[in-house]
Amino acid sequence: MSATFETPEQAEPAPPPRLPLRRALYLTAGVLLAAGFLFPILWSVLTSFKTATEASASPPTWWPSRLSLENYVSLAHFGAGLGRYLWNSTCVSVMTVIGVLLFSVPAGYGFSKFRFAGKKLLFAVVLSTMMIPFQSILTPLFILLRRLHLEDSLFGLALIYTTFQLPFSIFMMRNSFDSVPPELEEAALLDGCSQLGCLWRILMPVVVPGMVTVALFAFFTAWNELLVALVLVSDPNKFTLPVLLQSAQSQFLGGIDWGLMQAGISISILPCAALFLALQRFYISGLIAGAVK
Amino acid sequence: MTMLNRPLGLSRAGIGYLLILPSLCLIGVFFLVPLCMTVWMSLHDWPLFGTSTLVGLKNYAELLHDESFWRSLLFTTKYTLIVTPALFLASFVLALLVRRPGRWSAFFRTAYFLPVVIGLSTASLLWVWLFNDQVGLFSALLMQLHVVDEPVQWFDTGTTSLLSVVWMVTWKMTGFNMVLMLVGMQAIPKDLYEAANIDGVSPWQQLRYITVPLMRQTFALALTISVIGSYLAFDQFYIMTHGGPNNGTVSIVYWIYRAAFTYTRVGYASAMSVVLLLILLLMSTLQLYLLRSDDR
Repeated sequence: MSATFETPEQAEPAPPPRLPLRRALYLTAGVLLAAGFLFPILWSVLTSFKTATEASASPPTWWPSRLSLENYVSLAHFGAGLGRYLWNSTCVSVMTVIGVLLFSVPAGYGFSKFRFAGKKLLFAVVLSTMMIPFQSILTPLFILLRRLHLEDSLFGLALIYTTFQLPFSIFMMRNSFDSVPPELEEAALLDGCSQLGCLWRILMPVVVPGMVTVALFAFFTAWNELLVALVLVSDPNKFTLPVLLQSAQSQFLGGIDWGLMQAGISISILPCAALFLALQRFYISGLIAGAVK
Repeated sequence: MTMLNRPLGLSRAGIGYLLILPSLCLIGVFFLVPLCMTVWMSLHDWPLFGTSTLVGLKNYAELLHDESFWRSLLFTTKYTLIVTPALFLASFVLALLVRRPGRWSAFFRTAYFLPVVIGLSTASLLWVWLFNDQVGLFSALLMQLHVVDEPVQWFDTGTTSLLSVVWMVTWKMTGFNMVLMLVGMQAIPKDLYEAANIDGVSPWQQLRYITVPLMRQTFALALTISVIGSYLAFDQFYIMTHGGPNNGTVSIVYWIYRAAFTYTRVGYASAMSVVLLLILLLMSTLQLYLLRSDDR
């Protein structure tokens, strides 16, 4: 699979006969910009493999004098240990993805293929909650979770993330189901499969792309989010990666261990970059669908 | 009519309700209830841990005279006014560059988009490091090129702090806006360009008279998303500038966060949240109104 995405159709008019100079200029500009965009990330990863002292060198060295895994080792022992924080972030992210799929797929199915009173209104309400910025309801969320005894819990965090993703996810899944021709479902029902069996065996395979998109967005939110995690989780053992990293920044009284930071940053970036490169198509199509709303 | 297998003896409509019920519950509990709670709490003197007292509109009255609140609101607006055009221009130019088909374009698009998926707090930490005066790249480069004699403190003044943050956000979000622009460009019918080519219209004129006018809705969408996102900025200021120097870079959400969790004045923070919500509602309505442009 190629690691690039194509916007669905050609966005440029048929180009005039291409002059070699014009193309060279275009490629040069493009490559320079690509280097500019990618450089910070690559530089961080490179620095994470320098020795700890060299990573904190002032002024910084260009090329590591030797490669070392020191920083990752320090990170592994930092605080409660990297393993713990990775586990936290992974747990929250996986729970969020599962939660989002569990709720939005049936809801999308319901909004798409069924008729019931108030459907339009309910869907409008669901969509309109996308407009509510979570930053403005943070304080009541904190109090609410405390009343539910879910504060300081990864499950509570995942629950919040799932809810935040629901409006967009339901919208996406409904679109996915909409694009399934009704004849498919009718034929299956005629052949005697139950309503649920219908959903599972006939429709789901068709909407899998939508599900992948929804899962990706859910993962990125849960993995990268800072503010909500900061507010809702105060037990240091339950920190997710973003919270850990920002607390590492403030913890070092004298000098920050830059090598360790870069190791942490690189690890945070890795799953996101990998998932994006592998599944670009789904992510971009989700973005486009949301934009065209 | 087909004979349906009816689980639980429910009608088709009943199944529909059942399917959407869990989601509605979740959204109700964790979105709508807190929303109402925010308004309710704003009418109280509510400490973070402890009992609350109903005080009516006192919080709002205090808000009117709160200098820090207005300062952070002003700062957030200033930030929005700087970062939005920057993002807009950068993403539009990039979209023009990469809209042609082909493997190179696809590679460029991927490269420009990658910063979008890495998380705002991670990006902030990354750039704190790049902007650091001792170990940061930019300071070192400037010194090596003899542009400056000593390490550059990027977060010394309000202005340089703000611009550093703007630079980071532009790096991070340009790819995203670029995709929006690309979608808009795709929607323009190719025959317009072909006809223009036949008529000998130059590329610049094509841009000015075909591309730009027909992208008005896309521009409006990109602007709306950008403006709202900028108003809600938190991570970058919390991590990169810590609100400094002298609380000069405290965004409004950051201030609400402080009021609620540092000063534990949750009722007051809720009042600020309500004001923020109203402002955003106003801006969204305004921009939606502008979106309702006539179709030519």
